[in-house]
This record gives sequence, C-alpha cells and structure tokens, in this order.
Amino acid sequence: MENDAKRFLYVNRKAPYGTIYALESLEVVLIGAAFEQNVSLAFLDDGVFQLTKGQDTQGIGVKNFSPTYRALGDYDVNKLYVEKESLEERGLSVDDLQEITYEDEDDDWEEKPSINIVSRSEMADIMANQDVVLSF
Amino acid sequence: MAYQVNGATIEHDEEGYILTLSDWSKELADVIAETEEIDMNEEHWEVVNFLREYYEEYQIAPAVRVLIKSIKKSLGPEKGNNKYMYELFPYGPAKQACKIAGLPKPTGCV
Repeated sequence: MENDAKRFLYVNRKAPYGTIYALESLEVVLIGAAFEQNVSLAFLDDGVFQLTKGQDTQGIGVKNFSPTYRALGDYDVNKLYVEKESLEERGLSVDDLQEITYEDEDDDWEEKPSINIVSRSEMADIMANQDVVLSF
Repeated sequence: MAYQVNGATIEHDEEGYILTLSDWSKELADVIAETEEIDMNEEHWEVVNFLREYYEEYQIAPAVRVLIKSIKKSLGPEKGNNKYMYELFPYGPAKQACKIAGLPKPTGCV
C-alpha cells in the first residue's frame, strides 16, 4: 500500500499565529491522513516556530494548537522534516522543539522520534522526491 | 438551538455539538446522550472520559480510526475494536461520543 500511495509533502513556512496558515495546514494533514497517502511535513523559514515548545497563546486570545502536533503519530504521520539552517538563523536548536514521537508498527511498537533535522540541500532532495507538494 | 440542563441553556450547533467547551457537565452529557438515544452506562462513560482526556492532552477530537486504535492501546483489544465501539455508539463512536463529551466534531472524520 505504502509503495502505491502518492507521496504528499506539506510545506510549512509561516509562524504559528498571526495567520491561519499553520492551523489550516495541520487540519488538512489530519483530514488527509484518512486517505492512506504517504505523508511528510516540512518546516522551514518561520515555519520552524510551529514546533517550538512552551507556546502560550493566552495573551493573544487564540487556541494553542501546538499539542496537536504530538497527535500526528496516532494519525500515522511520522515524517517531520525540520530545516537546520532555518532553526539556526532564528537562534533555535532541536532542544527548543517539542518532542514528537510515533510507535513503529514494524518494530514491536517501539516509540521513535518523528522529527528529523535536515540540511537545506537535503530538504531540496526531499521536495524533489514527492508526487505532490502543498505549500502553506 | 440549545440543551436545557438544570435551568441553564446550553447552545449547540445544527448537529448538536455544544458551542462553548467549558459549558460541559456530566448532567449535560446525560441530556445530550438522551437526544442521541443512548442510555449512558459505565462503558459509555469510559469512552467519553477517554475522549475528554485525549482532547485535554492533544487539543483535538480524534478521528474514529484513531480513537479505536488509542482505546485498544490503553483499554485493550476487547474494547478497542469496531464491533464493541459501534455497539456502544451505533451512529459513529467518534461522532456520538465526542458530542456527548462536549468536544468539537472529530478532526479527520470523513
């Protein structure tokens, strides 16, 4: 099934709040996950802020949806690619991101990290390997 | 459109999901269940409570596939299967149980 499924990449490049892009992207991913696609998510530019831990939205009066990224594993979405250069340009490192894991069905349900830090050139290769790229 | 509970009026949308999550109470759950023609027993409550905890942790109401998988993981395979869940909630375990739990319509329900 996995081999026949189309490869979808959702590209996230905007900060989580201030625009609706990040939340819309996440919702489309969760809805699309029902269709047995091969889904990956990319986070680059300000999109890397979507995965930061300790988000607090009380002051801006909107819902903090960052905990929902941790549910992606339940939806069998377990390939989250974060661009290293985008993190560094914003003074962030992998330690600033929340821990997101999935349970590997093929490895006795062992819990494994979903976040992969990749370089800009690796990200280009990942994009080139997709059937469909959706940019948010 | 609204539910009536202990003299209070709780608004809901056209499908019966309440509009304000903090309006929820156990008494309201019983009222919603009644409109869904469900007589709440311990097994129903187990699923409703599970959903409320899931929402608390992840801020989403899970799709039915995800709900059943998660129930299987935490309550065991004799409960985490389609047959058991559809017997409890004949019109869709995620949809009906989320409604009773006072959560939004499940994300990823098709």
